[in-house]
Amino acid sequence: MSTSTKFDHPTNANRFNQDQARTHWHDSALWFIREKRDRMSKSLPEWETLRSCASQIKAHTVSKLADYLEEFEKNARARGAIVHWAKDAEEHNQIVLDILKKHEAERIVKSKSMLTEECHLNPFLEKNGIEVVDTDLGERIVQLRQEGPSHIVMPAIHLKKEDVSETFHQHLNTEAGNNDPCYLTESARQHLRDKFMQADVGITGVNFALADTGGIVVCTNEGNADLGVSLPNVHIACMGIEKLIPSADHLSIFLRLLARSATGQPITTYSSHFHGPREGGELHIILVDNGRSNLMNSDDYRNALKCIRCGACMNTCPVYRRSGGHSYAATVPGPIGSILNPLRDAKHHKSLPFACTLCGSCTDVCPVQINLHEQLLTLRTEVKNQKQLPVSKTMPMRIASWVFQRPKLYAWLGGIGKFFLRNLPRFMIYNGMNPWGKNREMPEAPSESFRQQYAKRAKKNQSK
Amino acid sequence: MRVALFVPCYVDQLYPRVGMATLDLLEQLGCEVEFPEAQTCCGQPMLNSGCDTDAAPLAERFLEIFTGYDAIVAPSGSCVSMVKNHYEHIVHGDSRHETIRTKIFELCEFLVDVLKVDSLPGNFPYVVGLHSSCHGLRELRLASDSERNTSEFNKPRQLLQMIDGITLADLKRKDECCGFGGTFAVSEEAVSCTMGRDRIADHLQAGTQVLTAGDMSCLMHLAGLIQRDKHPIRVMHIAEILAGYEVPQ
Ligand code: SF4
Repeated sequence: MSTSTKFDHPTNANRFNQDQARTHWHDSALWFIREKRDRMSKSLPEWETLRSCASQIKAHTVSKLADYLEEFEKNARARGAIVHWAKDAEEHNQIVLDILKKHEAERIVKSKSMLTEECHLNPFLEKNGIEVVDTDLGERIVQLRQEGPSHIVMPAIHLKKEDVSETFHQHLNTEAGNNDPCYLTESARQHLRDKFMQADVGITGVNFALADTGGIVVCTNEGNADLGVSLPNVHIACMGIEKLIPSADHLSIFLRLLARSATGQPITTYSSHFHGPREGGELHIILVDNGRSNLMNSDDYRNALKCIRCGACMNTCPVYRRSGGHSYAATVPGPIGSILNPLRDAKHHKSLPFACTLCGSCTDVCPVQINLHEQLLTLRTEVKNQKQLPVSKTMPMRIASWVFQRPKLYAWLGGIGKFFLRNLPRFMIYNGMNPWGKNREMPEAPSESFRQQYAKRAKKNQSK
Repeated sequence: MRVALFVPCYVDQLYPRVGMATLDLLEQLGCEVEFPEAQTCCGQPMLNSGCDTDAAPLAERFLEIFTGYDAIVAPSGSCVSMVKNHYEHIVHGDSRHETIRTKIFELCEFLVDVLKVDSLPGNFPYVVGLHSSCHGLRELRLASDSERNTSEFNKPRQLLQMIDGITLADLKRKDECCGFGGTFAVSEEAVSCTMGRDRIADHLQAGTQVLTAGDMSCLMHLAGLIQRDKHPIRVMHIAEILAGYEVPQ
């Protein structure tokens, strides 16, 4: 029971909305970024062309993914990288552990990789006695708080500076009540510097892998990925197989779209290219499937593999903004998460395709033109097909459909319904059974339906 | 032109005035309008709940009833989009659907694109706040939205501006969802109401006296909140304003 509540979006969202002031603050923080993104995207007259180019490149890559992966592997090896393949999270984690063991590594610095979150690498390594430190400021903050990230680009967007101050006071011994962002950032910087210096291995994610060069590209704003892989000798790069693009020539399109969509910056501060290991070092690249090839085989959801994880769909989603990333109880929240998670595990994530008004804003904001809201609609049927919809939801629809197939019965029942709506005492309409009426009035029922008025008018016209 | 009027089920039952306004407006503009009485519901609530098999017979009925007209017009972007864009998942290549898709129009779209209306009579001396309902906006493209970088246009706004005396309110977020979303309004009651209240706050700061939209469903949700919170905003469907109806008191 407790696990089913944990994954239930309405319950979590309801809890989030209890604190309306905070809900509004969260909404405005994200809307601010959405507006910045609007300004930046509108400063490029070719924006929509870029989107469709990116979408086509990704669609093409996905359609020939196996070939491109082989090409990538060959070229990466030729540059001295060691390439591993992992079919799922478990294999991925084991590969990482094996590399660490080989090097007798005990301390790891990591730069944001949603993939390692997806694979739950941190708890796995910690269980094996290895210290893992997330080095992106936001990631480090949520790591200290033992929370998951609430957003894929801004993992600590749910926290105010007061919350950060308290967390740092607890874990980094900073001054209590000092909420100055400069002071807090500087303290984190000092703390992380030590971790960088002591690290045996650096792990990063991958934003783009280039098939024709065998290189990988990592985008960060804090430069921590560069530091994390420059000090230790061993660099492990973990990537989902969908991160591939055919050629370095395509990269500029994605780099222009990514940062603008994510944070409204023209480009991320650091776009670091890694082509093979540095001298005397080792570069491991782990290519992870973990359910991705299933998506590739599905006409309805293949498009989701185009995702470049910019987070724009979260920033624009009116539901995400007002329910918070944690309400999705998943590594990737928001619109794209509501597609990816149920496809992996419909039972646990069955409420996510319904955590959406189908407003379509995500579809129009997405830099690679994923038809997000359409997929969310299709996914609802999928949830029903997997028998994950409760009878309390399917039964009313069955009955309604039956009635709507019988126009006379429908008209008659409509009349009765309106009669009750007009005449029942308030307490019978507004009670715990009626979620509509908790914060809203019901519509006032008219005495006649449109069809009755229409029929009357037709009769009158005839007799004239 | 022989036009079939498609009145969504909840409009039929709860908002007959909106149906009458649509009918009046179309007749004023010279259309020969018919209301096929066998119509009930297009099946959107079922499909949106994941119950495609319950939506399918309703889609079947719809195609049956509405085949053969020059145009089908409805005062609801959401229901029109259901027929136009989402039926194909449940009727699987029915040839009647291919025809109907090109003949079904949301009211404002029909007035602007088909009838090419360029003036409307009447005087409406109010500050009107236009809510852009999502399916009309992003599925039927009745207006440009703030996410895409395309040239600006807005068909409902264009029509409202033809009426004397109207002032259109300037919103801070001109095309954000109101939070209705069909069964979402009930299953995610908390978020739905927060979203609705945020939209209303935007209209209050913009001085909206009459709130309008092309979808009565959004307006039903917003009106419910306005009434509960006792805000001085009146709610009218765009058809009522365009047809010259009085502001309800
Ligand atoms: S689905 Fe589109 S908007 Fe959302 S994170 Fe992926 S690329 Fe960005």
